[in-house]
Amino acid sequence: MSSILFDAPGPKARSRYRILGVVTALVILLIVGFVILRFAQSGQFDAKKWQLFTFPLVQQTIAQSVGATLSAFATAAVLSLVLGVLLAFGRLSDRRWISAPCYGFTELFRAVPLLILMMIFYYGLPTIGVQGITPFTAVVAGLVLYNGSVLAEVFRAGIESLPRGQSEAGYAIGLPKSKVMTSILLPQAVRSMLPVIISQLVVILKDTALGFIVTYNEILFQAKYFGSQIQYGSPIIPAAIVAAVLYVGMCLILAAFAKWLERRLSRKPGAAVTPAAAVPAEV
Amino acid sequence: MNTLLNNSDLFITGFRNTLILFFFSAIFALVLGTIVAALRVSPVPAMRATATLYVNVVRNTPLTLVLFFFALGYPKLGLVPIDFTTAAIIGLSLYTATYVAEAVRSGINTVPVGQAEAARAIGLPFTQTLTLVILPQAFRAVIPPMFSVFIALLKNTTVAAGFSVFEAGAIRANLSERGEPALTGLLWVALVFIILVFILSALQRKLEQKWKVAR
Repeated sequence: MSSILFDAPGPKARSRYRILGVVTALVILLIVGFVILRFAQSGQFDAKKWQLFTFPLVQQTIAQSVGATLSAFATAAVLSLVLGVLLAFGRLSDRRWISAPCYGFTELFRAVPLLILMMIFYYGLPTIGVQGITPFTAVVAGLVLYNGSVLAEVFRAGIESLPRGQSEAGYAIGLPKSKVMTSILLPQAVRSMLPVIISQLVVILKDTALGFIVTYNEILFQAKYFGSQIQYGSPIIPAAIVAAVLYVGMCLILAAFAKWLERRLSRKPGAAVTPAAAVPAEV
Repeated sequence: MNTLLNNSDLFITGFRNTLILFFFSAIFALVLGTIVAALRVSPVPAMRATATLYVNVVRNTPLTLVLFFFALGYPKLGLVPIDFTTAAIIGLSLYTATYVAEAVRSGINTVPVGQAEAARAIGLPFTQTLTLVILPQAFRAVIPPMFSVFIALLKNTTVAAGFSVFEAGAIRANLSERGEPALTGLLWVALVFIILVFILSALQRKLEQKWKVAR
């Protein structure tokens, strides 16, 4: 392992690193061991607390809540990608009356907390007579407005980081601006920004959990419901563990898919040469 | 306007608690995140593995779930009892620290290779190379991403409203108890957040100007 931050270890350093490694491992084992011990002592591993999760009906309900999470995620992901592209094009427009509102829109919805957005949809709009707002619409609408604005910035940064020759060549062969954008700039921008786009999709997946607070029937909501069943010893920690495994699993699958896609895209000849510009995903 | 003025007590306590959550979590996340980033580039494989595992797991867990565990699960363990605000601060810090760590690590990567090589050439060990040479420059380079992490933290504090902390996100519930219109209250909350985010962005620009790396 070579790093610019430290020299290749000699015999002394190597034994020091080994000792430090053992110490680290011990500290981690101590912490994990303590947590597991506490779980065991407070009866979190008792069969009674886990019994609930062995019932087929309960498992079915959990599967349904995973479905609810995934459907909110999929709807929001597709719509925010569309909104993001539209807003990015809008901001790059030459006409001020298009670019200025798009700029205002992205800045506005990036500044408002997502939860407040969802609450505005779920609790606020019905009071002024908007009908038919379900928790699902509130969650998806909030996610789309927020992540669409964030993705718009990502697409814009991607398009602006491309070499100018790309658009110039497009104009030189007589393409109109819309064509230059959609068939030359956007495909390259998407390719170079793919890591950021995917991490934003992971953010969408995680943020569906906010639906818990606006009573959307997703994984965490179910977890709280099962966790408060007193006749099974209120297994709130087992429920949290189940939810954590589901979420981390889904996010890791999405991340693995992203890696696969990235490798596949970079294999093609003439793949974008510009590395992703440093635009961090919004948490 | 009346909704705001007649219930200014709710808004003031709410946003005061939001700012308390924000400041404490920001400080803890900054410290913890920097340590984790240092561990991720350290020469000891076990430390690197631990830090990577922590970042990967927590980054893939929803904040709501982290707070869920600390607010609702932790009291069942029979350890030192903590109040909901402390639980929220712990959850927010642990969650945000992973994003701080990633920002710092990307900053470490932007510091020119020559800097670390020069530090090693004059015989500095790893800890000094990192703390005296690399990190001071890395921090200057990561001001924009660091601030977007903190802006996200500020907005994420609203999640604590779902776990019995009275802050900005919980203003709505209290307003509707008093029979005030929910939408107006929420729009005021949103406006205050926009202002707070604006202040943070202004601070970011100022710091960027002040600490610009001359290269």
